[in-house]
Amino acid sequence: MTEPSIDIRGAAVDFPIFDAKSRSLKKAVLGKAGGRIGTDSKVPIIEALRDVDISLRKGDRVALVGHNGAGKSTLLRLMSGIYEPTRGRAAVVGKVAPVFDLAVGMDPEISGLDNILIRGLFLGMTKKQMESRVDDIAEFTELGEYLEMPLRTYSTGMRVRLALGVVTSIDPEILLLDEGIGAVDAAFLAKARDRLNELVERSGILVFASHSDEFLADLCDTAIWMEHGQIREHGPLRDVLHHYKGHDVLADLGRT
Amino acid sequence: MAVTVSAEGAPAEQARPLDDEPGPRSWARAFNDLRQGWRQRPLWGYLGWQDIKQRYRRSILGPLWISISMAVIATAMGILYGALFQEDIKTFLPYVATGLLIWNFVQGCILEGSEVFIANEGLIRFLPAPLSLHVYRLVWRQTLFFAHNVIIWVILMIIFPHPLGWASFMAIPAFALLVLNGGWITILSGIIATRFRDIPPIVASLTQLLFFMTPIVWSYDRLRDNPAVAERAQIAELNPVMHFVEILRQPMLGDAIVWRHWLVVGVITVVGWGAALVCMRNYRSRVAYWV
Repeated sequence: MTEPSIDIRGAAVDFPIFDAKSRSLKKAVLGKAGGRIGTDSKVPIIEALRDVDISLRKGDRVALVGHNGAGKSTLLRLMSGIYEPTRGRAAVVGKVAPVFDLAVGMDPEISGLDNILIRGLFLGMTKKQMESRVDDIAEFTELGEYLEMPLRTYSTGMRVRLALGVVTSIDPEILLLDEGIGAVDAAFLAKARDRLNELVERSGILVFASHSDEFLADLCDTAIWMEHGQIREHGPLRDVLHHYKGHDVLADLGRT
Repeated sequence: MAVTVSAEGAPAEQARPLDDEPGPRSWARAFNDLRQGWRQRPLWGYLGWQDIKQRYRRSILGPLWISISMAVIATAMGILYGALFQEDIKTFLPYVATGLLIWNFVQGCILEGSEVFIANEGLIRFLPAPLSLHVYRLVWRQTLFFAHNVIIWVILMIIFPHPLGWASFMAIPAFALLVLNGGWITILSGIIATRFRDIPPIVASLTQLLFFMTPIVWSYDRLRDNPAVAERAQIAELNPVMHFVEILRQPMLGDAIVWRHWLVVGVITVVGWGAALVCMRNYRSRVAYWV
């Protein structure tokens, strides 16, 4: 078996922004007939990532920090293979488990159990593997017989529990976590943290985007600081967090 | 947790050379997508079933409604057009019903095909999966619909016996060809429609037109025998869907097989897949940006 790895070289991610007009055929057809009119015929582009060079190997535990809109989520999606770089190269080897938006891929009309199965299959598990984990998930989520009910009857917190239950039960080689694990009660969160820790132990590579210093200190040892779509700094967690926040965060948290 | 920090932050030293890595626009990645998607049969197989079950959720008869509503339409159309064209109901009703259920498959692939990636926007943007997964799921769902509708054909064959023989087994490769073509039309129209959002409505209105251009509620042979319209009837040959309907309907009704239709379908299959693969190679990686 090959070791999981992420290699990104000189990668850029440009989003074309189609407004209603430029996305239609009318413009393309008329544009051909009438010739180009300045910048009108061009689709505006947002450069979400530029000149990204990253190389991660098994055992890497990377925190992803940066302000909103710095490109953290886009970078995670680049690593997951959802976006392929517009320029440059990206090679991801291994089974990727992305945990971005917990609600996506959940069908409100089908039962919790079916949702568990589908989500598991999407995360690269087999049907058998998921069936053997259902009891474990049911116990962890404390949803019990509710799992037979359609998902639309669940509260937001219950949905998050379900999604977390599935995600923490799988065996990913590359685990990509985007923050947004809110809306869960405190007792459950403590339990989820234990399971998250176990999951991280099991997975080969972890990349975790979060604003919670405590969480990052728990799970990561290196960090990438994103700014304006570029990597500002890549190094040990303490140093990067220190430079990013302007003070020694880990010391403030009482970690050595 | 002990924060033992190694100097692994520096990325350059251990980086693997990526020059031999196939780029986003490569045949290797396009075929890999198709292969990976095929490997996830349990997933799209399950999702396809869910699509059907969900549509008839909480109804007592469930997916049986697919067959029933089809039977109602086929019977009504068979009787109506049978009377209009003064056809014998014993042959015309099975003719219309069989044509309709084939048409239903073709229409499903064309109509839903153009929306395949737009409809799965959430999945594409948040869960990494081969694009072809959504294509397989759609064609599989249409195949399941078809399987439900075949019950009507079975019933009609019992009520109105047709001379079915060994040649009727040609229906199997014929349907396989239909499925194969459902694949390329979904990929091609799906990718183009994701980029140009005017395509789905255009496709929808063209499909409606195609229905009347295709010999389903009227018989091509009958029109050709009529000297008044024989010449105009030839135009129907230009309609590619006609050939697809014919290759499957002929063996299903025990009619003589006309190889001309098979030839046309064969050419369309090759050309269509060629175009779909080129599109897949060049724009596969862009779909996530476009949805």
